[in-house]
Amino acid sequence: MSLVEGQATKPDRARPPGAPALSVRDVSVTFGAAANRPVLKDISFEVREGEFLSIVGPSGCGKTTLLRLFAGLMKPTSGAMFFDGKPIAGPSRERAIVFQDYTNALLPWRTVAGNIALSLERHVPSRADRDAQVDALIAQMDLGRAAQQFPPQLSGGMQQRVQIARCLAQQPRIMLMDEPFGALDAITRQTLQDDLLKLAAQKRMTTVFITHDLEEAIYLGDRVHVLGANPGRVIETIEVGLAKPRNQLTTREDPKFLAHRHHLFGLLQGH
Amino acid sequence: MRRFLRGALFPVAFLLFWEFATRAGWVRYESLSWPSAIAKAGWMALLDGSILQSTWETCQSALLGLAIGAGIGVLLGSILGLWTPVARMAGPTFDALRAIPSVAWMPVGLLIFGWGIRMESAVVAYATTWPILIATWAAVRGVEPRLLEVADVLEMSFGERLFKIVLPAAFGRINVGLRIALGVALVVAVTVEIAVNPRGLGYALVLAQQSLRADLMYAQILWLALIGFLLNALLKTVDGQPVRVGSAA
Repeated sequence: MSLVEGQATKPDRARPPGAPALSVRDVSVTFGAAANRPVLKDISFEVREGEFLSIVGPSGCGKTTLLRLFAGLMKPTSGAMFFDGKPIAGPSRERAIVFQDYTNALLPWRTVAGNIALSLERHVPSRADRDAQVDALIAQMDLGRAAQQFPPQLSGGMQQRVQIARCLAQQPRIMLMDEPFGALDAITRQTLQDDLLKLAAQKRMTTVFITHDLEEAIYLGDRVHVLGANPGRVIETIEVGLAKPRNQLTTREDPKFLAHRHHLFGLLQGH
Repeated sequence: MRRFLRGALFPVAFLLFWEFATRAGWVRYESLSWPSAIAKAGWMALLDGSILQSTWETCQSALLGLAIGAGIGVLLGSILGLWTPVARMAGPTFDALRAIPSVAWMPVGLLIFGWGIRMESAVVAYATTWPILIATWAAVRGVEPRLLEVADVLEMSFGERLFKIVLPAAFGRINVGLRIALGVALVVAVTVEIAVNPRGLGYALVLAQQSLRADLMYAQILWLALIGFLLNALLKTVDGQPVRVGSAA
């Protein structure tokens, strides 16, 4: 456990909390010849160091596209993006991405431990060190009994835990999560939400979390960006300001939570 | 068991009829032997080791050729599958080369290598490259794009990407190509032996035919069928075993 915590922070490169980690300036994305109907239009914002930023929006508003841009898996049609002050040129180990479709993102021919080790091979040459880190992540993500099983043998929630563990193993400086809990049942989802919050707090992990569920966005986030569709753009930003640690019952009954929910619900209805 | 007996009824009746009809002199052709004589000839060839020797020779060149063909096919197929521009450039060339019947290379192989295992496995390699190349190409193109993105984010080198992601993910479908190629390898090896190369089962068949040993000839043909069956069974056990593919729920 301490091993994993130790590796997560790289003090030599740490930025002060609240400084911009990732910034987006006037980013637009157009697919193919549909130049008059951009998917994303003039998006500008910053992700602050150490914050949990939720991005919520209706389907088709370009949330996933936005996250793929951050990961470097796509290039914007126009505009600029910076991570750590440097332009984003392509994918990087520093920016881990948790995909929504965990069944496709995991290697079905590797065990859970093998999937997590994938991020460490070549970067942690010593077998013993690597095994120790994998074991620590397995314990942290509560995957103990499944370590030697193959992903297709596990439930959806467990598979998503494996993917998160693999992303943590690459020691990213930012976690990009694309509707990671969208396909899970309500109870599994709540457990994973709380585990994720614990993890983020423990590691002071900068996180961008995409969801179409506005309650999830408020419950998890320090801030919430609301995207509107056609074209995708930021239509509202709220500072959540709810006490931490959050609680599935009390947080969700908090008048502030409900006020945010009303406000965002109204916004999304209008689009 | 009952099913087996019912299934065996017709072949057994046929064999009995064949044996009886030829012995009784109803049919008389030099090209036709009868089951007991074929069994005896096969048994004798097994005892004196001649059939095992020629089997060894044929399998040697078939498997060596297959190994070379598989190496080339998997490598080229992976390259074509991973880089679409290369595929666009090289595709027509491969289609043209593929159109040349592999046995047409026998005279060329003979000129280059002379008689022996080298020319035979060269022709087998040529013939087996194509089914494996095409299977690999399709398999690599069909690899889940999400997995390639995982490789991108982990900043994998080309080698890592190939051996850790692409080939394991494509293994099941490449194996189908391998099984087709195995059958091709055996056919081509025997053909080369019958046509030009004085070794192996193909040449033994020619010898049996030229010395009017129909019994031995049929025994060798049955033996070839058995070998093909066993080799295929061997590859089938490999199919999907060590690599778990396609079982994602």
